Amino acid sequence: MEKFGFSILKARHINYDSNDKSIAEYISEREPSFRICIECGCCTATCTTGNFTRFSLRELQILLKRGENESVREVINKCMLCGKCTLACPRGVNTRNVILLAREAFQKRLKNAV
Amino acid sequence: MQQDGKKRIWSDYQKEIADDHFFYVRSCIRQSFFPGSEQFFLHFMRDILGKDVYENPSHTTCTGIGYHGDVVPLATIMTVVARHFALMKESGYKNIAISCVTSFGIYTEIIETWKHFPEELEKTREYLYKATGREFDVPENMAHTSDIIYKFRNEIAEKAKYKLINKETGEPLNVVEHIGCHYSKMFPKYGVGGAEFPNVLGGMIDSWGGKVIDYPERRHCCGFGFRQYLVQANRGYSLSNTVKKFESMKPFKPDFVLTNCPGCNMFMDKWQYTMKEMEGTVYGENGESIPILTYEELAGLVLGINPWDLGLQFHMVQSEPLLKKIGIEYDPDNKFKTKDGRQMPVPQNLINA
Amino acid sequence: MPEKKHIAVIGAGAAGMEAAGQLARSGYLVTLLEKDGQTGGHVKDWYHLFPDRRDSKEVIEYLKKQAGHKNVTLRTGITVQRLEKNNGSFAIKTSGDGEIKSDAIIVATGFDLFRSERKEEYGYGIYDNIITSADLETLFRKNEIRRHNGEIPRKVGFIHCVGSRDEKVGNVYCSKLCCITAVKQAMEVKKHIPDARVFCFYMDMRMGGAMYEELYKESQEKYGINYIRGKLSEVSENIENKLVVKVEDTLAGRPLKMELDMLVLMAGMEMSKSGLDLARSSGLQTGENRFFAPADHHFGSNKSKTDGVFYAGACTAPMNITDTISHARAAAADVIDYFRNQES
Repeated sequence: MEKFGFSILKARHINYDSNDKSIAEYISEREPSFRICIECGCCTATCTTGNFTRFSLRELQILLKRGENESVREVINKCMLCGKCTLACPRGVNTRNVILLAREAFQKRLKNAV
Repeated sequence: MQQDGKKRIWSDYQKEIADDHFFYVRSCIRQSFFPGSEQFFLHFMRDILGKDVYENPSHTTCTGIGYHGDVVPLATIMTVVARHFALMKESGYKNIAISCVTSFGIYTEIIETWKHFPEELEKTREYLYKATGREFDVPENMAHTSDIIYKFRNEIAEKAKYKLINKETGEPLNVVEHIGCHYSKMFPKYGVGGAEFPNVLGGMIDSWGGKVIDYPERRHCCGFGFRQYLVQANRGYSLSNTVKKFESMKPFKPDFVLTNCPGCNMFMDKWQYTMKEMEGTVYGENGESIPILTYEELAGLVLGINPWDLGLQFHMVQSEPLLKKIGIEYDPDNKFKTKDGRQMPVPQNLINA
Repeated sequence: MPEKKHIAVIGAGAAGMEAAGQLARSGYLVTLLEKDGQTGGHVKDWYHLFPDRRDSKEVIEYLKKQAGHKNVTLRTGITVQRLEKNNGSFAIKTSGDGEIKSDAIIVATGFDLFRSERKEEYGYGIYDNIITSADLETLFRKNEIRRHNGEIPRKVGFIHCVGSRDEKVGNVYCSKLCCITAVKQAMEVKKHIPDARVFCFYMDMRMGGAMYEELYKESQEKYGINYIRGKLSEVSENIENKLVVKVEDTLAGRPLKMELDMLVLMAGMEMSKSGLDLARSSGLQTGENRFFAPADHHFGSNKSKTDGVFYAGACTAPMNITDTISHARAAAADVIDYFRNQES
């Protein structure tokens, strides 16, 4: 409650232990190549959506893995499913499937499944 | 936790602390908000230990607050500091005893700058001479007054009337020690124990019977920062950092916090009131707040000096719960009376009162 | 038949044993000097070696066979104090009796592990449950990975670059092997404790050797090791005696806080103290990274600036066992070349 003209800030740490990582686990079980991402950013570089709007598949993948699901829930729907990212990935991650599974997981409203 | 590892680090960071003949420089904030502290230091050094501690009437602020708040430029503060050193030289002193951690940081920063950039030293000599006609020497020994109390902690332990032990349980008190950032984070070699595990306050607590608490945010800054709190809307930023420290130390149930920096002491004391008003949070046990003491106040309590002579009643968080735990006798009626017995107005929103 | 040439090899670790063996098999006499009570250097303390995770005992057996050749005289418990060159041959002063004479010298004094207490903010030797990679190898051998209070750790963190790539401790260079060791050890922890969650905190993943990148991929795919890009800034202990780590998750762009049961520090490699003492006493040049400086980086990496004194192994730079053994063979070839040039 603001009483003196200033407020108390909330820490911006990713609190890994208390975050819900069930979305990432859902994807990981059904698409094992999700695990071998090395965050190189090749997918984001070629991405159609990312040309004109803030959309980084690299960032979204890592936010899911850290359990920061709210930052991903709406944004991931911007993907146009063109498949360029899957072509570009040097590790062989099936990025298109990762996106479809993420949307599926969000629709099922997974919560603290662990 | 293995204490041996810490002891090894403490032995790596030993510091030369002078023995006698100090040129004492006061702290702007401490002499205003915690006047009992500096009074005790002088009483202890002069009357109890019989040392020579000199204060020069022409001494000024070091302008550290202005410098860190971007109001005073570097050349100005170097000249101001050089003038202090000139006063030292004129009074015939080579050892400086610094009361404030910010001043300590300023002095060490400037002396190191002069070491690495001798042309700055020459320029400063020129500025000072042109402005005041004074000349100066760099002091031989620079000690913070907490270093000096640390050096004489065993003498205090010998003369101690009370120990830092909970009278009821017989257990040592849990003490959080908080070192000001400018004490050793800038130049670890200038701090007793270095920057990661400083021992200047820990050593005092150990000698006087208490137990030092190590908690995750021990090294974290209290958030004082000068720039942050000078503007009202920014104070939330400072406050949030103090909150972070309190949240981290709360599970360890500290009985009190010991600090050596005026800013830290002021903030950790007053922000507990702010937190209580804003969100109703208290960080001590049983709905109490945690008393914040300076090392001189603690030394004075341990030696059996009247808490009201040490100025504990002027803190925001009152120390009565702590005094009860240690078993220190105090007279509640005399709390807000002057030395000659007149009643002063009693403040209204005291915590732990 | 000309008198047999004699070579002194200083240090009986992987490099020294291999060089001694190669020279012995080519018909030369070798005195192999070791300051400790036994041979095998650091290799004997490791458990399974990357990239194929074979038992280090097999490598030790091979090296012992090499160094056990009849032309090799092994002397342990001897510290070499000084090397002197007189008229083309060498006099080696040791802590033992008498002087050893030789026609050439191979210095194979190896490396020391970075002493992690020097990284104060990592709390090694202060907080419980913080160990180094070398400590972990010992625990693997004993097949017992336990926290200080005897519990099995369920969350283990690996910190890369401890004592390497770090101005504050004076080692600017990369120790080359710690990344792959962390990957290997992370997988081994999962093998020992299948339900453990393992995190590697790295600045970069340096997978520059044969099969390294493949191992990295396997660790992610089959073992579910989590990799977080961010250098550990400080460790502390909370009231439940868990370790609290503070890193920035640089790829997510936010600071991250996590509790762990155990932390493994990947200690880097430094020039050995005995090697440095020898360098000072005998006028051998060291580089800025304090390892021995080779006569030439490309075609003289085994040669010192003194004719007849050669280097083998990790005393010249951090290197893995494969490269150490190759480097030692190259040193032996250089010695043979040196003698041949003397005759012609």
